[in-house]
Amino acid sequence: MAEPLLEVKNLTVHFPTDDGLVKAVDGVSFSLLPGETLGVVGESGSGKSVSFLTVMGLIDTAHAVIEGEIIFQGQDLLTLQADEMRTVRGEKISMIFQDPMTSLHPYYKVGDQIAEAVRVHQKVSKQEAHEQAVEMLRRVGIPRPDERADQYPHEFSGGMRQRAMIAMALSLNPDLLIADEPTTALDVTVQAQILDLLDRLKQEFNASIVIVTHDLGVVAEHCDHIQVMYAGKIVEAGDRRDIYYGAHHPYTWGLLSSIPRLNESDTKERLHPIRGLPPSLIFVPPGCAFHPRCPHVFDRCRTDVPELLPADGHHASRCHLSLADKERIFQEEVMARS
Amino acid sequence: MGRYLIRRSLFLILVLFIVSLITFIIFVKLPAGDPARRAAGRTTTEANVEAARHAFGLDKPVYVQYARFAKGLIPWPGLFLNEDVYFSYANFVPVKEEIFARLPVTLTLAVGAAITWLLIGIPIGIISAVRRRSVWDRASMVFALIGVSAPVFWLAYLFLYIFWFKLQLAPSSGIPIGTSVLEAVLQGRFILPWFVLALAFAAFYARMVRGNLIETMGEDYIRTARAKGLSEKRVIYRHGLRAALTPVVTMFGLDLATLLGGAFITETVFNLPGIGQYAVRAIFNNDFPSVMGVTLFAAFFFALANLVVDIAYAFLDPRVRYT
Repeated sequence: MAEPLLEVKNLTVHFPTDDGLVKAVDGVSFSLLPGETLGVVGESGSGKSVSFLTVMGLIDTAHAVIEGEIIFQGQDLLTLQADEMRTVRGEKISMIFQDPMTSLHPYYKVGDQIAEAVRVHQKVSKQEAHEQAVEMLRRVGIPRPDERADQYPHEFSGGMRQRAMIAMALSLNPDLLIADEPTTALDVTVQAQILDLLDRLKQEFNASIVIVTHDLGVVAEHCDHIQVMYAGKIVEAGDRRDIYYGAHHPYTWGLLSSIPRLNESDTKERLHPIRGLPPSLIFVPPGCAFHPRCPHVFDRCRTDVPELLPADGHHASRCHLSLADKERIFQEEVMARS
Repeated sequence: MGRYLIRRSLFLILVLFIVSLITFIIFVKLPAGDPARRAAGRTTTEANVEAARHAFGLDKPVYVQYARFAKGLIPWPGLFLNEDVYFSYANFVPVKEEIFARLPVTLTLAVGAAITWLLIGIPIGIISAVRRRSVWDRASMVFALIGVSAPVFWLAYLFLYIFWFKLQLAPSSGIPIGTSVLEAVLQGRFILPWFVLALAFAAFYARMVRGNLIETMGEDYIRTARAKGLSEKRVIYRHGLRAALTPVVTMFGLDLATLLGGAFITETVFNLPGIGQYAVRAIFNNDFPSVMGVTLFAAFFFALANLVVDIAYAFLDPRVRYT
């Protein structure tokens, strides 16, 4: 087995607030191989974004308690000084964000913003950095990139802005690209284009990608591995096939059932939302955090915190149901619907 | 842009027109002494009074009187504040002459104070925002509170007492006869007035910059800048300040323009012969053309500053376009 590119061990991110301790990320461990695409799925407040903002070092340590290890290329990022972390950020790990409308600086030209990223990390002239920016815009499929580089973000459409963000993120050829809800703010047709683009660029740049999303449908075709997060914990992790054709956690079942289907026979059927709301991260329910919303809850769920137990080599879930029950319920309830 | 400028210039004239009309109506409606009788003197003949009335144009119908004044509000050399209407009822000196004689003093006071408050206010605002909740921040905000609260006349006398009377660090107030404004500046005679006038503005600007910068630093594009691996300094100064200071330009233009209409209290306490002093004296003397002249002059500067700020915005914020 190859050396993992990123290995997160028992990561905990807690925010002390006036109302209590917000346990945004609570003991998360996973690893990512070079060239792999990882999908991280969960509702708002499940800790998925915070986990990766922490990997990027973008969580203000003055307001957060961070514990655990984030080993990237053999180095624990949490032990790095601020200026050492800066050389990692942008150059080795880069990130694109949910809302391309607000993620680009409105007062600077798109090309200049990309060139700035290049100039911070590489000793190149302004002219070379600009040429590199234009080249990046071309590679992310922006037509007439030399003209577009001299335009401002407000002259770009949403999809084009997200492409520009991707161009900026990949301009230094990073080893890891974190895409935090990259398609949430975009039209459905543009979503598919952006995801296909990420797929293609992953091959071209030979990078690993993490796609953080609340939409299991988004990651279906594009991820090798998927991990589902709930209330700051990973509740299920596995290969794409494990999740789509044999999910083991009731929360994942809920997510799968709530994907809209376009089959003709189902047009009259309503969506199946997961009942209830995500829990408060200050008062996380005892036992399994999902138990108040779980249709298969039994006594043990209310008191014992389930462990993340592997069913086989790579497929693991955090649920007290027996493996036989999980497989039976998945076949009967989830597969039957789709 | 050309069309926009023409439209805005016409609008500027409209503003001056409305301002002059209101000023004129107040003058006609308010009970005050008859200017012609005052000009003719205490012991005089009815014929003299009538002659003065004719010289002032007060024997004509009210609308003709207004039309004569209205002609003077077109911002064009020869027309603007023309001397056959805009002259003082008290000493027959043209208003334009009086204003231009006082303009260097007011201009020096206003521009010097403006530079002073920017140099004080913006750095304090930045430090407060960057080191939020630190001792620096708290001290700055206490300064801001005092600055905004302290009355100018009190502050002026306090400064004079401390820096001139007690410490003898600054020269006394006023500009001695025969001294030009430039010489007075070089002698340091404007330093105390600048600081006194600037303090309240500096306090206000510090708070504004702090608030804007804190808000900007929470924007998504700041997170993007950090994600690029920029140094925190660059994130703050190149990305944060760029957006945070743009609204400050608007305030600055309007504040400076207001002061060009005269800073009466500062001018009075420091005995500087500026436009503010002239305006107040004209009002007390019921010297209508002077009042009208100064009012139009101030209104013109204010409207012009508005226009300049709006045009500057097109250069500062690429999203703004004028057609």
